[in-house]
Amino acid sequence: MKSIATLFLFGLSLSSPQAQEKPFDHYQFDIPGTAFQMSMRAIKGGGFLMGDTDKKPVSVSDFWIGAYEVTHDQFSAFYKDETITQGSKVDAITRPTAQYIDLSWNMGKEGGFPVNSMSVDAAVMFCRWLYVKTGIFYRLPTEAEWEYACRAGTSSTYPFGDNPGQMDAYAWHAQNSENKYQKTGTKKPNGWGLYDMLGNVAEWTLDQYEEDYFTVIGPNAKDPLVQPKTRYPRSIRGGSYVDEPADLRPGLRRFSEPSWNQRDPQVPKSRWWLTDGMFVGFRILRPKLQPTKEEAEKFYTLYLGK
Amino acid sequence: MNDTSNPSGRNRREFMKKGSVLAGGLIAAPLLSKANFFSGADDAIKVALVGCGGRGTGAAMQALLTKQNVKLVAMADAFRDRLDDCYKALTAEDISDWSGVKGNVKAKVDVPEERKFTGFDGYRKAIALADVVILTTPPGFRPIHFEEAVKQGKHIFMEKPVATDPVGIRRVLAAAEEAKKKKLNVVVGLQRHYQNSYRELYKRKDLVGDITSAQAWWNNDGVWVNPRKDGQTEMEYQMRNWYYFVWLCGDHIVEQHIHNIDVINWFKGSYPVKAQGMGGREVRKGKDTGEIFDHHYVEFEYADGSILNSQCRHIKNTMAKVDELIIGTKGKIFCGAAKITDLKGNALYSFDRKGENNPYQAEHDELFEAIAKGEYRFADAENGAKSTMTAILGRMATYSGQMLSWDRALNSGLDLMPKQFDWAAAPPITPGADGLYMAAVPGITKYV
Repeated sequence: MKSIATLFLFGLSLSSPQAQEKPFDHYQFDIPGTAFQMSMRAIKGGGFLMGDTDKKPVSVSDFWIGAYEVTHDQFSAFYKDETITQGSKVDAITRPTAQYIDLSWNMGKEGGFPVNSMSVDAAVMFCRWLYVKTGIFYRLPTEAEWEYACRAGTSSTYPFGDNPGQMDAYAWHAQNSENKYQKTGTKKPNGWGLYDMLGNVAEWTLDQYEEDYFTVIGPNAKDPLVQPKTRYPRSIRGGSYVDEPADLRPGLRRFSEPSWNQRDPQVPKSRWWLTDGMFVGFRILRPKLQPTKEEAEKFYTLYLGK
Repeated sequence: MNDTSNPSGRNRREFMKKGSVLAGGLIAAPLLSKANFFSGADDAIKVALVGCGGRGTGAAMQALLTKQNVKLVAMADAFRDRLDDCYKALTAEDISDWSGVKGNVKAKVDVPEERKFTGFDGYRKAIALADVVILTTPPGFRPIHFEEAVKQGKHIFMEKPVATDPVGIRRVLAAAEEAKKKKLNVVVGLQRHYQNSYRELYKRKDLVGDITSAQAWWNNDGVWVNPRKDGQTEMEYQMRNWYYFVWLCGDHIVEQHIHNIDVINWFKGSYPVKAQGMGGREVRKGKDTGEIFDHHYVEFEYADGSILNSQCRHIKNTMAKVDELIIGTKGKIFCGAAKITDLKGNALYSFDRKGENNPYQAEHDELFEAIAKGEYRFADAENGAKSTMTAILGRMATYSGQMLSWDRALNSGLDLMPKQFDWAAAPPITPGADGLYMAAVPGITKYV
């Protein structure tokens, strides 16, 4: 079953010699048309043991990943970009429709709070918008990339060791969050400078959730991706502010389900927003080997339908 | 056709059935299908959907997803394309977005061509074929449809709001009385009444002592716009872009903010006696945004002098908030956060979110269970009408800029509905030469 899992990203990484000249280092970039920056950490790829208890060797290629979860401020630059359509069924790039009610649920917006309640479509569309604006290909992490980044080279139960008692220093969780997400980057980062990988908002990945993940991706998988075929379940990583500290483990997998949008009373349900997924957010990733324009379009089309 | 004048469209068999139920002495709610008045051996509860838009499709889906033996037998919509989209969604192979499991409800959809009704008068024929009707058209039509469904002796699920003007409210109140006499279950889609967190808060409302004031918000970006298309008559255009016309929608204070206003009425146990407020149009100035306001702020006063401050706004890039806050002599109820505190902020009660339900599904689960058991349990229409009236009172106050009493507004005789329902007929408001509609102007617009 390696084919579906790996062919796609393999295809991406085969090509595209561009963007190789620059040194592979951390960087910041301005979100076009705004005063907001995004901070990207360069992560050297490699092999690691993936999984919560049953661990298997997997390897990933070099990438940059957001040091922080994407915030409401950053997402708003896209959501409020009046130069593109909103909720279009025909345009390749379009903004999410208006939220029927306020889906931040009064947990905070301006000033660095993580954006939440979006579907994976909305998260990928944000990446596509960044691509159009900056010429750099961004996407969500795969499960494997996410876990590799979260572990930051460690193999302990938690990235900081085996004692969940230390979790308070690193993560917003059920015991310290007062049932709300908090501003990003207010706890300690992991060893690779990544904040809030565990807790705060849970993070979307590109993968369909497969119970039997390692069987699907095959042994010693390189850059595995379980390409999604259905809207649910998708793989979510990192846990959130509603989870107990002991459950915030790099290898713990969660999945999306229809109940996350149960209070959307319309048919069809919103493509963009989740009425009951207030604990979900995302961070972005830039593969070091950038795809060609055609490959990038193919990727976005795969996820967004056009 | 004049839709309001001739109630005699129901068929004879339906009349006979109603007669039989009445003759039976109303020992229980009319349990329709099992009495076999309709089409033979199938003992499914027969449902008709009147209004096949996004919400109507959702409501029908929820009815079909209840545990009861339910069958959709008839559909009606003004527009054939909306009806077709709805039928397609209900008969889809995979509705896992809804149910969470692979599968579908298409076996519960039995709506052949001859039971699909379009135009302004299709509702009567659809209602006649069912035991339970789902009324989900734009709200202006609700009084007409509700009245007819009650007349035909059907159980009813109807969406909020239940009217757009005081004359419509009076029709609904009268039909609600009739429904009670006939023991027809009526559920109104003010779904917070069916939501666990609100029900738990309500049970504990005495923790805050006497309610002295409240805040209610529905502030966000607003909703869809359906721009005018070539070849549409003015009536068709308004029906397609219904949100922006008061006779169809009621304005957003009525169409959406009713949810929050209704919560305050519910917890307060009464309805305001008067209101004054302000509102207008800051951004809703185009040809496709009709006549409704984009913001309202209303001070409602209850008989005991307590005040509800109500605000609703449809303006992009402004603070979004949809919530209710109830303040009593001993504490506060934060509805969105689902918690109760004392006046110093110490928690008195906090609802465990894990216990939250899907209130839209619960409405149908509870309604259809009652119907299946032959029980009479729901009489939501009166509160639905009075909470709708509260929002209409607010709109009349902001449109006119005057202080208005409940009684004066309810008895105003304000009737916004067209005299004639026909695609070629002129709606009650038409655009000027510039393509724009005349919106209310406080100080000039008179309501009573």
